[in-house]
Amino acid sequence: MEISTQEFKHCDLIKVKGRVDSATAPDFSKALEKTNNAGKFKIIVDMTELEYMSSAGFRALLATQRNCKRYNRGELVLVGVPERIREALELAGFTELFKTFDDPIEAVGSF
Amino acid sequence: MAHSTFPARFEFLDEIRDLVAEVAREGGFSEKEIYSLQLAADEAASNIIEHAYAGVSNASLDVTCDIDGDKITITMRDNGKPFDPSKVKQPNLKADLSERQIGGLGVYLMRKLMDNVHYEANSRTGNLLTMIKRKG
Repeated sequence: MEISTQEFKHCDLIKVKGRVDSATAPDFSKALEKTNNAGKFKIIVDMTELEYMSSAGFRALLATQRNCKRYNRGELVLVGVPERIREALELAGFTELFKTFDDPIEAVGSF
Repeated sequence: MAHSTFPARFEFLDEIRDLVAEVAREGGFSEKEIYSLQLAADEAASNIIEHAYAGVSNASLDVTCDIDGDKITITMRDNGKPFDPSKVKQPNLKADLSERQIGGLGVYLMRKLMDNVHYEANSRTGNLLTMIKRKG
């Protein structure tokens, strides 16, 4: 798994590549928490180059979404969710908890 | 039949998923089905490592994958504490964000992704989890 972050004026984009499972999810969580701890709660998670995500990754997304939406201070949105991962998110009933966009620019513009 | 013993550590989940994919691909499962099988196996192994072997070092996990006609059978045997997936409460998938449960999701996915999940606790021969899925 590889994580890179990019700051925009109104939001932060976190790009996660490769595979998120129980071994790598703690680092994914840390990247999300670091953004929240910096007082930033408008987050885009770019999954365009994500190959795989287990429920360990879903939990990190859920915990961050809760933190972001508290006091209406922000939101975590998803971009470029690959089909297999989207199917798993749907199965977990997660798709209704996250807005999704096809394109990062569209997501950045939404904030 | 493919059989491998893995150290019961999260770093080996990659290899467990690879083993499952290799056998399923040879057995003619579609890429969509292979992803589901990998996810189910990952969730099962993660639970064993996290719950059955909580805090145990140098533990191992036996994994087998077998194709029989249009059916794949994945088994995992461990010597940890019994952890029966059927005893895990199903998470409420309709709950609001604030009420969503963090736990139970892995087991829920396993059960949804596979046709059959069976668990037998045995302190002598090891706990045996059996998961079966048919093609198509």
